Amino acid sequence: MMYVRRVERRLARLGGKLFGVAPLARKLVSDAVSAVDDFMTARLGEEFNERLARVPKNLMSSGVDPFGMDPEWTKYALASAAFLHRHYFRTEVRGQEHVPAGRALLIANHSGQVPIDGALIGASLFMDVEPPRFMRAMVEKWSQTLPFVSIFFSRVGQVVGVPENAKRLLERDEVLLVFPEGARGISKTFDQRYRLADFGLGFMRLAIETGTPIVPVSVIGGEEQYVNVKNVETLARLFRMPAFPLIPQLLVPGGVLPLPTKYRITFGEPMFFGGDSDDDDSVMEEKVELVRATIQAMVNRGLRERKSVFFG
Amino acid sequence: MSDVGETEVFSVRGAASVPGTGTLLVTGACGRLGKGVIRTFHRERPVIGVDRRPFPDRPKDVEHARVDIRRKKLKDVFRSGNIEAVVHLGVMHDPRASAAEHHSWNVAGFQKLLEYVAQFKVPKLVVLSSANVYGPQPDNAQFLPEDAPLLGGARFSEIRDLIEVDMLTQGFFWKHPTTETVILRPVHILGQVRNAASNFLRLPTIPTLMGFDPMVQVIHESDVIGAIRCALAPKMRGIFNVAGKEPLPLSRIVRMLGKTSIPIPYTLGKALLKRLFALHLSSFPTPELDHIRYVCMVDDGLARKTLGYEPKLSVEETVLSVEAERFS
Repeated sequence: MMYVRRVERRLARLGGKLFGVAPLARKLVSDAVSAVDDFMTARLGEEFNERLARVPKNLMSSGVDPFGMDPEWTKYALASAAFLHRHYFRTEVRGQEHVPAGRALLIANHSGQVPIDGALIGASLFMDVEPPRFMRAMVEKWSQTLPFVSIFFSRVGQVVGVPENAKRLLERDEVLLVFPEGARGISKTFDQRYRLADFGLGFMRLAIETGTPIVPVSVIGGEEQYVNVKNVETLARLFRMPAFPLIPQLLVPGGVLPLPTKYRITFGEPMFFGGDSDDDDSVMEEKVELVRATIQAMVNRGLRERKSVFFG
Repeated sequence: MSDVGETEVFSVRGAASVPGTGTLLVTGACGRLGKGVIRTFHRERPVIGVDRRPFPDRPKDVEHARVDIRRKKLKDVFRSGNIEAVVHLGVMHDPRASAAEHHSWNVAGFQKLLEYVAQFKVPKLVVLSSANVYGPQPDNAQFLPEDAPLLGGARFSEIRDLIEVDMLTQGFFWKHPTTETVILRPVHILGQVRNAASNFLRLPTIPTLMGFDPMVQVIHESDVIGAIRCALAPKMRGIFNVAGKEPLPLSRIVRMLGKTSIPIPYTLGKALLKRLFALHLSSFPTPELDHIRYVCMVDDGLARKTLGYEPKLSVEETVLSVEAERFS
């Protein structure tokens, strides 16, 4: 017991010393935060703050929601996404009136090697949709084992990808984004661009079980940001990655940045599905195919109307 | 006349005719929680406390049976009093006790208890399990339902006894439908109790894992007793998760206590804790680290709906209660 006390006391003293450095660190952090705040207002306009005040939040007394989402963190993540959205990719958003005010499942095509499409859909839900919404999405469970990443995802509203979490979010009337193509979708090679891979069935069971409208979303512009020549399967297996894309532009200085393509995000009319969420896969597949075909048609139409990958 | 005769028979056997007022047997009576349970119920109904430890400050009307639950003497306790309900709190959590002692106390002792409950047809059994049986995992749903798998033992062998107790109770539930069996799985209990969670928050400086700040649920000991009261009500049976008012990030708890935290990288923290534990400088076994790394939260909707359980204390009151004892 004596030893324990002594160690405790020593730890307390160490804590006290750390506390001594804290005021300086705190000042640095608060300076940095206010600089970011100013930049945000200058770049994104007062509109950003005004929208932040209006977004439905559903918080507990500790200032976070039950999944650990903290608006104080989310606002910075959103600001950087909104900056890319407005100034880098100059996203053109259509059909924002189709997003319902209550619960909704956004089903989108996935592309671009890195999930910038997800961030931009999140930004447009906040910047362009009425009322503004915080988008929720699901992340791989191994992300929870990574320090800092796990806190960041949880604070900006990304939850662990298990069906129970998705169900609970929808029951709380949140907007949930799902890419049913999964990893197969994001790492498409350039010759396969805008050809939707097979969809998983989970989202349809979820929509039926919770009575949630499905909003089909098409994203155009992602496939050209990184041109993937080939997926090298042996290397992917070696590094235990879902895919190992060969991207020539990474060899060019500055090529790490995605090409500034113009994104076009279109929200389609909500689709409602009934029936039994425990139906056979074959029954589900038919319904899922309907959603997939709708999104593919939206993508095809968008591609026909598009005059330039980078402008207009 | 026959009515009177029946009443006489009952009074001879010492049973109450009104359910919920008969004798209550509490195991682990001398633990902090056990004492709390006894103080809550001894004015309402006869209470027998079972514990091998002494119980010097026990209320006068409480009978204390100082027996080891593994011994035959326990049977005499069941035989002499007509017991209407058993509340089992006597799970040993001492991280220093040997695995064999742990197992024989927690599992063999509990099996004896179940045997007597069946033999003497005790109408009610309440077993205090824990939400730790689910175990903190990176792929846990944010709020686990009662039918989630009990994976707590995968990395933390000390939890296996508790899982076994939980499972034995589930088996008993089906084998003996005449006994109303209730399993309560509360989240981290805070208060005067001396468990890992409360002891952790009593540290003068709270070590955390760098880059991890999971959401946690806490419950005050008095709310656990409230849940036990709900479980003792007639007709209640089943497995129930029990949580406090609302979850919050671990860092908010540290802030509420007005303490400093030292973030330590996981690998370093693990190695350090292993050494400290081996040198008896810390009472926390290494697998406990997962509790400050991953979520292990429960959905207590069923307890609120079916049992009518409702936590009374706010999160802040619950958290601050761990420190109350230091100054009193």
